[in-house]
Amino acid sequence: MKIESSHEVKQINTVGPTRKSVLKYKPSMTPVSSKQYADDVSLLMVLLDTNPLFWSSTAAPLSFSKFLSQVISFLNSILLLNQLNQVMVIATGLNSCDYVYDSSSGPTNQRVEILLQKLQDFVVKDEELNKDDSVDGIGSSLLSGSLSMALCYIQRVFRSGSLHPQPRILCMHGSQDGPGQYVAIMNSIFSAQRSMVPIDSCVIGSQHSAFLQQASYITGGVYLKPQQLDGLFQYLTTVFGTDLHSRSFLQLPKPVGVDFRASCFCHKNTIDMGYICSVCLSIFCKHHKKCSTCGSAFGQPQTSVSTSNQKRKAP
Amino acid sequence: MTDAQVVKRAKYKSSVKDPGVRGILKMTRERFVFMPNDPSSAMKLNVEFRLIKGHKSSKEGSNRPALLNLTPDQGNYIFEFENFSDRELCRDFVAKAVTFSGEVGGPTSEKAVPLKDEQLSSAEMERRIKLLQEDSELQKLHKQLVIGGVLSETEFWATRKKLLDVNASRKAKQRVGLKSEMIFNVKPSSDGQSNRVTFNLTPEMIHQIFAEKPAVQQAYLNFVPNKMTEKDFWTKYWRAQYLHSTKNIVAAAAEAAEDEELAVFLKQDAILASETRRKIRKVDPTLDMEADEGDDYTHIPGHGLASEDIKDELEAQYEPYKRSFLQDINRHAAVVLEGRTIDVETGDTRSVAEALASSKRVELAKEASDGNAHQERLDRVTRMAEIEDLQAPCDPPVAPLCIKDPRDYFDSQQVNALNQLPGTRQMKSVLSTSEAYGSLRAYISEIRTVGLSDPIVRPEVAFKVFNSLTQNISSSKYQLGKNPHESILDTLPSVTKEELLLHWTSIQELLKHFWSSYPITTSYLYTKVSRLRDAMSQIYPKLQEIKESVQSDSRHQVSLLVQPMLQALDAAFAHYELEQQKRSAKSGEKPNGYV
Repeated sequence: MKIESSHEVKQINTVGPTRKSVLKYKPSMTPVSSKQYADDVSLLMVLLDTNPLFWSSTAAPLSFSKFLSQVISFLNSILLLNQLNQVMVIATGLNSCDYVYDSSSGPTNQRVEILLQKLQDFVVKDEELNKDDSVDGIGSSLLSGSLSMALCYIQRVFRSGSLHPQPRILCMHGSQDGPGQYVAIMNSIFSAQRSMVPIDSCVIGSQHSAFLQQASYITGGVYLKPQQLDGLFQYLTTVFGTDLHSRSFLQLPKPVGVDFRASCFCHKNTIDMGYICSVCLSIFCKHHKKCSTCGSAFGQPQTSVSTSNQKRKAP
Repeated sequence: MTDAQVVKRAKYKSSVKDPGVRGILKMTRERFVFMPNDPSSAMKLNVEFRLIKGHKSSKEGSNRPALLNLTPDQGNYIFEFENFSDRELCRDFVAKAVTFSGEVGGPTSEKAVPLKDEQLSSAEMERRIKLLQEDSELQKLHKQLVIGGVLSETEFWATRKKLLDVNASRKAKQRVGLKSEMIFNVKPSSDGQSNRVTFNLTPEMIHQIFAEKPAVQQAYLNFVPNKMTEKDFWTKYWRAQYLHSTKNIVAAAAEAAEDEELAVFLKQDAILASETRRKIRKVDPTLDMEADEGDDYTHIPGHGLASEDIKDELEAQYEPYKRSFLQDINRHAAVVLEGRTIDVETGDTRSVAEALASSKRVELAKEASDGNAHQERLDRVTRMAEIEDLQAPCDPPVAPLCIKDPRDYFDSQQVNALNQLPGTRQMKSVLSTSEAYGSLRAYISEIRTVGLSDPIVRPEVAFKVFNSLTQNISSSKYQLGKNPHESILDTLPSVTKEELLLHWTSIQELLKHFWSSYPITTSYLYTKVSRLRDAMSQIYPKLQEIKESVQSDSRHQVSLLVQPMLQALDAAFAHYELEQQKRSAKSGEKPNGYV
């Protein structure tokens, strides 16, 4: 009961009633139709990139310990914002992903110790799963795996009742995009879109990540590549600490553009205009007689054994 | 053969079946002359080759006649020769003569062609005007390009034929259907005093009667106006209807015996019966009738309806006069569902009847010529009623599935991604994986021992971060709008937006015509291309103006928008310059060499 009354107070303090109703309903042109966030209780799923090759290479602009300390401070401040806030940390490793910290369980005065211990155990386990010693470049961590784990947890939270914190995913990523994970990542992005869970991206590495750009664009999250990484904590608290209710009246940084271009299947160049097979939707930059993915011949009706009444579609 | 003339014996036929008039066919360069053997016959021909547009000849075969068919604009002249070699000779000569006369008349016809194109029918003009009125964008484009003299009308509409056609055909689609009430079964009005019964007849009713009762229509065509007037015809018809309505079959038979014309109306419709029989024959024998078993009311006399007729046996002579109400309803329903087959709304009854009859004839002809249908049906029957053990085993008609391993694509994508972004190549891990893991673990234990740093962030760094974020947000706030899906166009004032869009569509149109004119083969295309180029170079400064007129913070966005247009124009200009250079290098002599 105490909690409810404090919530009501908060509601009156923030915005007047008419303005709030206007802010709740965004036009249907946005990819994410707005949920009605009546309060600012949030569940933050943080996906930490623990790719050792990245953190030990020159691409990492700051050391992992500095990075981790800033993230831990950020998590503490999130938990301070609201009693009901929850934080969940998932480590994205090179060969596996795992839940590393859950704020809803465990003693509240030993959060950091628990997190660090679990992280250490995770790294050990990840190393054991390592199959071969040579990885090309700095490799790519399993972003798709951790995204899926985050979404599963969120689904569980959704089913816990009507009064639950508003979930969002914050992806602290530094490794490159692994093209083999493209399909899985896109699937998780679409399911996040469906469940109306925004995916925020904070990119630590040296180059932009196309996957995360698309993820934030489609789900209505924030994409940021901080310029000054020793002030990472400041970035986190200013931009990524905002809960979903407040985002409707706060101005957050927007990326200039998103690279949506597809690549052609024959030469792997990114193209703007091309030819598409109408059977399997594979993209080509030049005119081909036959689709190399599914083998359908273009421009002729398919030969059939018997002339029947079935309709035939020419590819 | 370079003979100036050919003389052969031939028979002139007006049609293929015609026995033909014997005579002599003499062909010269400009004309051919046919003189029949019989001097008294009127079949003399003297035709210039200029009028002959083409020629056809029959196939060679031992029993076949050797025919040569010369076709002017209308009609044809058919000649039968004694043997095929004669025919070949004449044919070659005719071909040469026709092309020769065609060449002579060629230049004049070419000049006539552009004129003919401009002479549009008034319907075409109306359609164009209507289209322009409906689509304001098109109208603006039209005004700018055609009235501005850049493109001519024909060029403009040449690419829009589809639009014009669609417009025309759309009008013809909507037609009023047939009424679903059986309006000719209305009970006549009768005044109780005298013995007169009055029927009213409207053209709509006439149309319905003719559509539903083909025998009546046939009778109309036969009887009127030869045997009786229209009034008499309809009087007889209504008399027959009256007799039917009284359900007095005996009286009907009696009257029919007296008046043979009346009998036509009283008897059952023979044409309808034959149509139904034909339809029954075409039914698919493999149709599964099991679903209909429960609805089997057809064997119950009267189709399950409570019969109002007399149950006693009628003599055989009365059979043809029996009619059932259900038949009428079914026929009416079938006709209404078919819809209007002809478009004749008004006009006298005779034209309606003839139109219906002719449409039916067309249908019959189509069916008769479709011999394939029968064969297809037989094929289908044999396929559906396959007796498997009597037939050879056949492979199922499937094509082998061939889907490539998606990993091929994605693995090479990684290479591509690496190639694209410079600097990634250099990013190799300094340590091996195990060493990397070790260092990570070291980092984690470092935090455990050292703890979090104090302060987490130095104040000057935090200040710098704040500044940069604020700057970033405020600079992009007005351009990009609240969410990344808003486009820059919506934030511009509407006048600018429309101008930009108009420029875009006109650039598209001009470029379409520009690129389609290459390679330049005639002088007409050359002038067209130079006209287009002038128009395109006029648009350049206009785009520049728009860019300047916009607010300074959105200028960058607008220039990004405008850039593809400028690029397209530049490509066109470059091509034009190149072509010009090539042209001048080819035609002009440059004694001093290439400049």
